[in-house]
This record gives sequence, C-alpha cells and structure tokens, in this order.
Amino acid sequence: MNAFQHLHLDNLQAVTRRHFFGRLAGGIGAAALASMLEPHALAGSMPPDPMAPRPPHFPAKAKRVIYLHMAGSPSQLDLFDNKPRLAELNGQDCPDSLIKKERFAFIKGVPKMLGSPYKFAPAGKSGLMLSELLPNLASVADDICLVRSMWTDQFNHAPAQLFLHTGSPRLGRPGMGSWLTYGLGSESQNLPGFVVLTSGGKTPDGGASLWGSAFLPTVYQGVQCRSQGDPVLYVSNPEGMSSRVRRESLDALRDLNEMHLKQVGDPETLTRISQYELAYRMQTSVPELMDISKEPAAVKELYGIEPGKVSFANNCLLARRLLERGTRFVQLYHWGWDSHGTSPGDDLMTSLPQRCKETDKPTTALLKDLKQRGLLEDTLVIWGGEFGRTPMNEERNGSKFLGRDHHPHCFSLWMAGGGIKSGTSYGETDELGYHIVKDKVHVHDLQATILHCLGINHEKLTYRFQGRDYRLTDVHGEVVKGLLA
Amino acid sequence: MRARSSSLFIVLSALLILPSQLPAADPVTLTAAAAETVDFKKHIQPILESRCLECHDTKKHKGGIRLDRLDDLLVGGDSGKPGVIRGKSAESYLIHVVAGLDPDATMPPKGERLTAQQIGLLRAWIDQGAVWPADVSVQQKIHWAYVKPQRPAEPKLSSSERRWVKNPIDSFVLARLKQEKLKPSPEADRAQLLRRVSLDLIGLPSSLDEVEAFEKDRGPDAYAKAVRRLLESPRYGERWARPWLDLARYADTQGYEKDNRRSMWPYRDWVIGALNRDLPFDRFSVEQIAGDLLPDATQDQKVATGFHRNTMTNTEGGTDNEEFRYEAVVDRVNTTYAVWMGTTFSCAQCHNHKYDPFTMTDYYRTMAFLNSTEDADKDDEKPTLKVFAAGQEQTLADLRSKQSAADKALATALKSDEFLRDLAEWEKRTTATLAKWEPVEIIRSASDNGTTFTNLGDGELLAKGNAPDTDGYTIRAKAALKPITGFRLEALPDDSLPGKGPGRSVQGNIILTEFQVAVDGNPVVLTHASADYSQPTYPVTNAIDGKDQTGWAWGPEFGKRHVAVFAPATPVELDGRSEITFRLEHQNKEWTRHSLGRFRLSVTSSATVTNTALSLDIQKILTSAPAGRDTKQAARLTEFYRDLSSITQPLVANAVKAKKAADDFFNAVPITSVMAELKPPRKTNRHIRGSFLNKGEEVVPGTPSSLHAFPAGQAANRLGFAEWIVSTNNPLTARVTVNRIWESYFGRGIVETTEDFGTMSEKPTHPGLLDWLAMEFMHPTIPGPDGRLAQSWSLKHIHALIVSSATYRQNSKVTPALFEKDQFNRLFARGPRIRLEAEAIRDQALAVAGLLSPKLGGPSVMPPQPEGVWQMVYSGDKWETPTNENKHRRGIYTFWRRTSPYPSMVTFDAPSREFCVLRRVRSNTPLQALTLLNDPVYIEAAQALGRRVLAEKPKASDRERIEHAFRLAVSRKPTREEASRINALLQSKRVEFAADLKSAETFATSRLGKLPDGLAPTEAAAWTVVANVLLNLDELITKG
Repeated sequence: MNAFQHLHLDNLQAVTRRHFFGRLAGGIGAAALASMLEPHALAGSMPPDPMAPRPPHFPAKAKRVIYLHMAGSPSQLDLFDNKPRLAELNGQDCPDSLIKKERFAFIKGVPKMLGSPYKFAPAGKSGLMLSELLPNLASVADDICLVRSMWTDQFNHAPAQLFLHTGSPRLGRPGMGSWLTYGLGSESQNLPGFVVLTSGGKTPDGGASLWGSAFLPTVYQGVQCRSQGDPVLYVSNPEGMSSRVRRESLDALRDLNEMHLKQVGDPETLTRISQYELAYRMQTSVPELMDISKEPAAVKELYGIEPGKVSFANNCLLARRLLERGTRFVQLYHWGWDSHGTSPGDDLMTSLPQRCKETDKPTTALLKDLKQRGLLEDTLVIWGGEFGRTPMNEERNGSKFLGRDHHPHCFSLWMAGGGIKSGTSYGETDELGYHIVKDKVHVHDLQATILHCLGINHEKLTYRFQGRDYRLTDVHGEVVKGLLA
Repeated sequence: MRARSSSLFIVLSALLILPSQLPAADPVTLTAAAAETVDFKKHIQPILESRCLECHDTKKHKGGIRLDRLDDLLVGGDSGKPGVIRGKSAESYLIHVVAGLDPDATMPPKGERLTAQQIGLLRAWIDQGAVWPADVSVQQKIHWAYVKPQRPAEPKLSSSERRWVKNPIDSFVLARLKQEKLKPSPEADRAQLLRRVSLDLIGLPSSLDEVEAFEKDRGPDAYAKAVRRLLESPRYGERWARPWLDLARYADTQGYEKDNRRSMWPYRDWVIGALNRDLPFDRFSVEQIAGDLLPDATQDQKVATGFHRNTMTNTEGGTDNEEFRYEAVVDRVNTTYAVWMGTTFSCAQCHNHKYDPFTMTDYYRTMAFLNSTEDADKDDEKPTLKVFAAGQEQTLADLRSKQSAADKALATALKSDEFLRDLAEWEKRTTATLAKWEPVEIIRSASDNGTTFTNLGDGELLAKGNAPDTDGYTIRAKAALKPITGFRLEALPDDSLPGKGPGRSVQGNIILTEFQVAVDGNPVVLTHASADYSQPTYPVTNAIDGKDQTGWAWGPEFGKRHVAVFAPATPVELDGRSEITFRLEHQNKEWTRHSLGRFRLSVTSSATVTNTALSLDIQKILTSAPAGRDTKQAARLTEFYRDLSSITQPLVANAVKAKKAADDFFNAVPITSVMAELKPPRKTNRHIRGSFLNKGEEVVPGTPSSLHAFPAGQAANRLGFAEWIVSTNNPLTARVTVNRIWESYFGRGIVETTEDFGTMSEKPTHPGLLDWLAMEFMHPTIPGPDGRLAQSWSLKHIHALIVSSATYRQNSKVTPALFEKDQFNRLFARGPRIRLEAEAIRDQALAVAGLLSPKLGGPSVMPPQPEGVWQMVYSGDKWETPTNENKHRRGIYTFWRRTSPYPSMVTFDAPSREFCVLRRVRSNTPLQALTLLNDPVYIEAAQALGRRVLAEKPKASDRERIEHAFRLAVSRKPTREEASRINALLQSKRVEFAADLKSAETFATSRLGKLPDGLAPTEAAAWTVVANVLLNLDELITKG
C-alpha cells in the first residue's frame, strides 16, 4: 500500500477536525461544508475543502454542464431561424422604423435586407426547421430544445461574452463555471472542477476573464487545458526529474511540513499537505485525460478527431472524458463566427459553412456519445453565441461579400440533456427576424434556468464581496419554465 | 442588491387573507413571543433605534407615526390601527408589519427583515404591558463609523501587566484578552521575529548575516535598530506599493477586449518613491486625486494623478467611447470611496443606498467632481505626460538648439543665389528628359476567371463583377506612336472599388504578379520597371521577374493613383496595323483577389522613359510654366531638390541628423497618463438606474450631507474634494487606512470588512484600538524607533508602532485550546501566521536563491512564462523574456496584462487588476503546489540555491550545509529531526543520481546552464532536489 493513501483528502479533513475541534468533531466541520450555498459572511474565509461535493438547494436534473460557446456569434438567420419574408425582401432598403435610434457596431447609413442564401428543411419527429449547413445536427433534432428568442443587452463581443458567462458586461465578476463549482464543488478528486478548452485559432474576445474567479476564491477559477505544452500549467516534472525522485522529495516535504505542524499547530499546514498530494495525483491524471489517441476507432471516427492538433472535435471528446471523470463544468470556446462579410474569411458564403463543417459533426457526436453512455440525461449541454446577427447586409466600406452586423435583440441557442424539454423549439421572432414576438429569454433568464437544472436557486447562490451579496444573475433573471422537461 | 425574503413572510402572506379589522394572527405560524422578561432598554430600544427611527422619529414621521415615544404607538398613524395593544401582541399592528402580515406595509421596507428573535422580543414586550420607562430617550443612532474618532484613554492595567506592554496598542489588546480570560503568547524567537518583520516591512527575508547579528545583539535597542534599518530600506517602498497598486488597479495594459499595452509604470515608480520618502498620507492622497490642480504642480504631482488613469480603456471596434468614459468615471467614484472611506458607495449608482446614509444624488454629485477631465476612452490614452528624469530636460533643450542651428544653416543656403542657380539648371535638364505619354486605343479586354470590364475610353478600363481569387487580364490595343520606348500602367481610384481601390482587395490593394507585352504575337522583353511607390517587399520589378507568386503592391497607400513604367531594352517598331497585347497577371495564392480595379495603359516614344520614376507631383510641377506655379509648388520643388543638390545635401544631412538625435532622445523619455481638467467643464447628470444612456437632471458637485462638511475655502472641484477626503474631520479616512495596514500584518482587520465600514460591516474587535491608531496616525504622540516624533499622517509611524508592539512580537504557535477559543486570531493572543502574497513568494524564492536583482523602478519586465500563455486576439504583441537581470526583478515589476496576468501570480491569488481590489483572498490549491514544484522559475531558484550552498560552504559537512541551506530558506536553524530527514533525502538522491548521470546533468543545469568548475552533476542534482523541497516548505511561503 502506498504510504500516502492515508493522506487521502477526506481522511485528512477528519483528522483536522478531530484534532482541532475536539469533542465538537464533525459538527462544525460539517456545518462549514454545508455552508457554501449560504451567503458568506466573510470574504476570504474558506471551508476545509472548498472543492468537496455539496448538495444542491433542491434535487437536480443535471449534475454537470458542457457549454459550447461559438465565439463571434453564429448567424441565427442562416442556421436556426428561417425567414421566408426576409428572403422576399432581399436587397431592399431596410425600413427606417428598424434602424431609427439604433446603435450598430459597424453598419452605417441605410443598409439593405439580406435573406439567407441557405435552405431550411424540417428535421426529426418535431419537424424542427434547420439550415442545410447543419446536416448532422438535424439527425439529433429530437434531442435538443432550440431557443429562438434569446436576447442580450450588449452588442460588442467582449462585453456580450462577459455578460453571458458572468452576468455583467464589465470585467470583475465570476463566470458560471466558477459559481457552480463554488456552489456544488466537484466530483473529481484529481482533476479540476471547471475546465476550459479553446479552439478556432484564437481565444474569445473576453479573454481569460470569462473563466476567472473574480472575487470568488481562485480555487474556483476555470483551468484552461492547453493543447500545446503542459495541458495544465506546470503539471510536468522538471527535466531530469523522474517520477520516483518527485515522489521521494514529496515524501520528505510532507514529513518536514508535518514536523512544522507539530511545532506551530496551524491547520492550514494540513491543507497544504493535502493539496500537494492532490497535485501529485493530477500529474498522472491530467496527461491520461488528455491522451485521446487510445480511444476506440469508432469513437475517433464519430467525432472526427485529429490527435495532436487543436480542434473543436478533439475538445468535444475531451469534454466527454472530463465529465466521465467528475468535472462539474466544461467550457468550450470555438472562435470564428463573426460573419461581417468584409472578406471570404468572415462572410456567409465561405467562412460560415467552414465553421459549420468544423463543429456540426463533433457536436452531434458529443450528443450521441453522451446519450449512448447514459450521461445525457443528467448532463446539460448548451450551444450558442453571445448575440445575434442583423437581418441586413453589413456591406462595410462597400464590401461585396455577404455578412451581418451584431444584433442584440434576438438570437438562437440550443440546449439539451438534463432537465431540458427535448425535440422542441421555444420563442418566436418577427417575420424579418429583427425583434422577438413571443417568449423572450434574456441572458439572465438563461443563467437562472441553467442553475435551476443544477438544483440551484439563482437568487440564493450568493457571495458577499465589498459589502454586497453578489450573484450570477445580478438582480434579475427568471427560470424559463417552458424550457424544462 | 437582492432582497432577502424571510420564509416566515412567504408562508404567512400565502396563507392569510387579511380582513379590514385586525384579527389575532395565527398563533401557530407567527413567531412566538420570547419567554424571558423583557427589559426595554436592553431589548427594545436597540431595535427601534437601529431599524425604525430612520423614518419614524422627531423629524420624519412616515405614515404619520413616530416610534420614539409610546403614545404614537398606542394611537397609531395614518393606517388608524393602533401599533401596540398592551397585552395583545398578536393583534398589535406593529407585530403585523414586522412579521410581514400586511402585504402593503412590510417593515422595515429596506434592508434585512427583523429576525425571529427580534419579533419574539417585541411580542413579549407588548404582552408584558409595553413598559416604556420615562427616563429613556430613544433617538436614532448614528453608525459609529460616521462619527469622528476621539482619542480613547488607554485601558488601565496593573503594573505587572504593564511589563508586557511596549506601546499603547498592547494595552488595548491585553485589556480585551483579560476580558476573554486569555493570556498573550511568549515573544517569538529572534530568527522567527526578524524573518517576520523583514517580510512585513520589506517583503523579503533578512540576509543570514543580519539574522546572525540580530541573534547575537542582546542590547535593549536591537529590535528598534532592525526596524529602523528595514524602514529606511528602498525595499520598503516596493513592498508597500504592492497593496496600494491593487487599490489603484495598476496594470500595464488597457483592459477589455484588445488589452493593448499602455505606459503607466512612472506612476508605479511614483508610489514606490512616495512611500520611501514617507510622503504624509494626506498629501499622498491629494496628489493622486488632484495633483494636477495643485498650485504650480510639479511633474511628480502630475504623475501621481495616474491613480485614476489606471481605469480601463476600451478600444474594441464599434464601441462607444462616451459609454466607456462614463464607465471609467463610475469606477473612479466607486474606487475613491472604497479606498479612502471603506464605503460601498457603488450601491448608490442605481438607487439610494439601502443600508448606509447615501443617496443616489450624493453619488452623482461626487461624480460631478470627477467627471470633468480630458480623458475620454481614447486609444492613445491622452492626456499623457512626458516624464523627465533629472537633467533630461536640459539635455533635450541642448539637442533642440543644435537642431534649430542646423535648420537655420540649411534655410540660409536654400535662399542663396548659388542654390537657386543650381536648381534652375537642374530643372531645365530634367524637363527635357520627361517622357510624353499617349493612351492606347483598346480593342478588346478579357479576363481568365470572369471579371468583366467597362471601357471608359482613353485607354481606361474598370473591372466589374465578383473579384475571383486569382485572375489574368488580356488587353488588345492599338497605338499611334512609333517606335515605342516604354509602356505605362496607371492605376486609378474609383468609388465602386473597396476602399476606393485602385485594386480589388478589401483594402484596395493589388499584387501584379506579372506585366507582359507582345506586339503582333511577338513577346517584348521588358528590362526596366519603376513605379511611383512600391510596398516594401513588393517592388515593381517583381512584375517582370517571370515568377507568378511575387508581384507589385502598394499597401498601405490605398485609394490613391499609382503609376508603373516598363521599358524594353531596345525600342519596339510597329506599323499602323500592329496590335499590342498586354497581359496583366494576378496569380498570388496567399493574398487572393488582389487584382487591378481601374487602370489606364499608355505608351511613349520618348528617349528617357526611365526617368519617369520621378514622383508624379514633381513631374507635374516641372511640366508647368515656372511663372504659373504657386508658392506651395515652388516650395515642394525646393524641398525635393535640396536633397539632390551638392550645395545643400550635406546641410540637409546635418539637419536630419540633429533632428533625429533630438527626436530619438525625446521619444525615449517615457510617458504616463495623467488627469487634466476639461475646459469648459463637462456637465454631470444623474443617470436613471445607473444607465449611461438614461440621463436625469443635472447635478452640481457636492459631498454627502450625512458626512462632515466640505472644508471652508476649498473650491468645489477635484482638489477641494481631495482635501475633503483627507480632512481630519473625516470620520473614515484615518480609520480605514490604519485598519487596512493592520490587516496586512495580522491577516484580518480590526474591522474585518476592510472594504466596508458601513452599517453592514463587521463590528470592530477592538474599537478603542482602532480609534487610538486613527488619532495617532493624524496626531502622533509616541516617538518612533529613531526617538523622534513623526509628522502627521506618517505611514512609517504606524508601521513602526505595530511592529514594535508586544502584540506583534508574540510567537504564532496555535494550541488546540487557543484554536477552539479564537480560530482566526481575532483577539491577538498569538502572533500572526499567514501565507505570503504572490509577489512575496516569488521575491523570496529569488532572494533565497541569491538571484534577486536589486534594480529599483523602470519599465515593467517579462520574466519567463510558458509559451502560449499570452494569447492575443488582435495584436501580434509578444512576451519577450529578457536575458539580463530583468529576469530576476521583484514581482512588482512584472508586466501586468489584465486579460492574461502572470500565471504563477494568479495562482497565488493576485488579481487581474481590472478593478480596485481591497482585499485579496488567500487560497490553498493544488495548482499552487504544481507551480512551486515545477515552474521553471522555481526550478532555476532551486538550482541556484543548491549551488549557493555548495559555494558558500565549500569545505563543510553535509550536516553543516543542510543547516546553512535551511537557515537561508527560513532564517531559523533546523531541529535535529528536520536536519535528519533532509539528510536522508540528500543521501538517497546522491546515490540515485550517481546511477543516472544524464538525468543528474539535466536536472542540475536545465535553467542555469553549465555547472561551476569542480562541481559534479550528481552533487549539484542532489542539492537541487533538497533546495526544491526547501522552497516548497509551508513555513517558507508563510509569514509565521
């Protein structure tokens, strides 16, 4: 038996409690563990194991989340929201009533309406109208709930991404994954509870702030698993140090720390010892996790993975592997959906189909794979961008390439899995796809609904910081009952 | 802020339908009356004072009722319902409203609901007859933090107790310990104490020599001497600038999406310098908020205003500058109140503050002080200031006078007859050589890949249709001239082209990969190509090099006319029927759609085709009659020719050199962003619900009426506001500041919520101590370690007081009994023990390893970090690791990119500095372990520490070396048990590495390189393992 198994985290905490709470053993410790979902009286104070799994407010339908964020924002009008009337008006001037008092990022003057150059067809038993650009998704249409009535307050990328993930368009608030691991802890003993994977050549505009823990303790920040170099920073031993030397030096370190603990008696030292053991376990578990080359050929084919490369397909498969191993929240970002139409690199005819090609198959594979493994029923999957795109052609500087500007008033997004009504759509936009006419879902409503699926009352998951109780949904948000199974 | 709902309230309002007459509330669901006998003064008065009188006192009678006297309660207010019916609490309206039974009037209407215990007490009081003693005066209490502090008397102690006391801090602490029946801990041992005070005052451990000297010095002033040495060290400013820079949200980039670099480090150096010279805190504050408005403001005082220029700037395309300027001002308002006054003023941006006495109008009146500066979310960060070091201004003035002398000499020469004669002769010569061009007559034009052309006549074509990725144009034409000595391609701007062309790429560029000509089917060999302008690395000669991926381009000169001229080696003869075929290739595969949009083809018979590279405007001037030229044209010609004339050429070179020398010097002087008042001032409005687009009425500058008066004689501007903040009448500034300093030492403030002193704050554990320190800060009475009385607002005075106290000097051992009684050391019955901050962990490792650079100040540096951490969305900005001592600078100098802060610091809870951070959390995570174990920076430190021990103890035994290494790391000597454990590791690694020399070599040299002569790899590697363990000790990264 490894001499260190007795240092398993849970044992350690029991030791700590017995040692320091004397006859109160268990009582205070358990209270501290359970208190994470209550407002924190004291910022900076931490429970003994901040990542220990904790029960939700009420029984949850979903235990974990995969959020597939399409950074730049895909065009809902060319993928999800079919508008025959818009096609009829293609090329005509945009009515004054739509653009009066409107702030656009790039459109100037009177733009022209732009019908989708793509065909839509009904998919699945529900007859969900989907674009020809998403042939694979059509095959699992009955597993998703398509929301056509999302809206946001923000029309620039970085603020809109921050708004979606942190509930505020400004920097300085924790993201959804941080809130969830703060509330629920993690089921994994040797992997981070909140993991971020990026593809598409660039990081999202909002940067690392999208998964920073802000005022929450840093233990809740998203850990970016990188595709090059160390998958998790500093997880590899230094050159020339074998894992045996590492193990033995950790043994010595533990012994020395325990000697000092006896001299000084600070339980923080015990936590430190346990964190070194967890770090050691991560040194094995992280590389094992990242190695997708040993997956069966059928799985590789299903996702279309390319081992050794940075791809969305690889990240989808990694996401599944993380969830299987107990990670609470996996966040994927795929860059390149900002279809302004200034060149084929960002237009609707070349760039958009390319992005769909990169994502449609692996996304569908992920849903099928999760379902087949019985994981979909308690995993929440979300796919979407940070805002919508205009029904008008942008034509920046007279560009001849088709493209759409940023549009905050409506966009589409789909959800699947734990707690979500499948094979349906929710909400409607007007005949031009400019405004929502039925069942509006604000970003804060989406956040409230996601937390609800995880068994959390969004008004009760709070953290006191600088004299105020903060929460993901700020002072807004309502659970959208119509999305729930 | 979220309203907390009491579950009682929800249950009751759901179950009850209230009739007009008040029934007795359901006894099952209503909180039961307290069982005890109620004492009005003890139980009821505090509830009324803290929760009711704000709206129901002598001044305000909301709802027509006062709660500061019993009569009103017995009669009732506008509702007509008696608030108190003696003996019948369940029927008393007071109970109904506080329990939430009346959905139209739930009291208190804001803030927390009353607790079940408070409701129970109110019920019991009514049931027991609602006794209200006549001698009790019930008045609304002003929250303690809003009342100006007074110096409290030192608690009385017995003479034996006084023996422990080193200064008044200890009297307050000991008095409290006595109450709790606790005794202070013994003083820490000397090595531990010196390590603690060094880490606290300079952020670095003392050297081993200093530790040993201190251990030997048993004189009564040994500790005071050490404190003085540390306070006088320039390292003090670096260490204490660190927390201030968190408050100032100092960073080296702009923030938001693009997060480009900005130059703010002169501000950081100002903070370090100001702390080192102990600039009194009131001046330190005023200079940062309004240094630019001080009379005859110095450069230094202007640099200080960088404090509020550290707000973020959004340069994302399509964003509204005014929106983000507003956001920056909001940040300044919030930060100012948070930093100096521990106030959550930001709550009042959208509504009146729910707990503290600040209205929304107060908020925008403060904003009016700060809203009228020049900065406006501009990409260039203006207004900025050049920051000259001593002597630099004089050097620049000298360089500028040399420059103007050179300019003068040139100007004189340009007016000389000699030069004018020379110019006239050159003009004559050159004009004669200018070619005359005739447009060709186009017969047919065609494209390989679908481009169509509109023939505009006069040899001109305009391309139409979608631009294909690559294309070749074939143009057949006739020409009247013969023989032909040259072909000219003119590219012309056109509104139909992207960016006005003349090319068809998004920007209007082209890549003309080949230009070919044939006459009657016979290729013409072109030997000359020249152009008015070529993009660097895309010279026009590429168009006749026979290669299809190279070509001529003109970026970034888009949207302008460009001309290229091609000539054969010998003139081409042709007869009247001859046909010229032009072939224009655009075959570059990387840069697609770079084809010509609008262009004209011409030919010439002139002998001097090659001279046409002369720029177009000069050609135009030369071909016009000298008499008809305007002064601009004449000046342009002079300017052009002065570079060619042998008379002026050396003078031009001289002037250029002098200008460059002055410019280079000026450009190398760093800039920093500063505050500057806008003229005329900007108006300020209230913003409804805080929204930047939704403006309410205009407001004038002013401070909250709930706080001290605006100082007489001060203008209602930023400077007056700054003086108001540091007024000794301000109840908050001194308390908040000393509390934050206390927190740095003990891990917790006397008021735990250092960021909030409002009514929702934690109560001070030692209110007397807090006020005493605040008063001592403003009006010193205790001499410092140098025996002299400090100046008012001296920060060093407060530091010296704290570290000199017996409270601070206790050892930090925690016994189980002490832990149970006071887990978080709020009573200070032991010394502090807290994990070091991110920067200190790095600095200490480098210092222990002997690597730390002592260099003070200057631009931020980029120590090693893993590849790929610095991912950029737009700019190609690179993280460039230095090879010199900048690799090993203190953490405070590490380049701070807001969207990608230095990873190992973030892991140890350093913030991103996007906003003011008042209190860093201290986490304890596996990623911290991985960083200290494996980060190459720490591996380098381990290699260096290993080598250091062997170099400093060349002839010593392993035991002696182990002791030396251990002392270098944590100052104290190891216990015998500790030394044995380290020795066991050393011996076993020595054996192991001896069997694997290759690994030994790699492990001992990977970061530091070659080993010193005579040091065996096995030995170095084994010691590197030991050093790596020492650098990971919990004790090392903890101040204990």
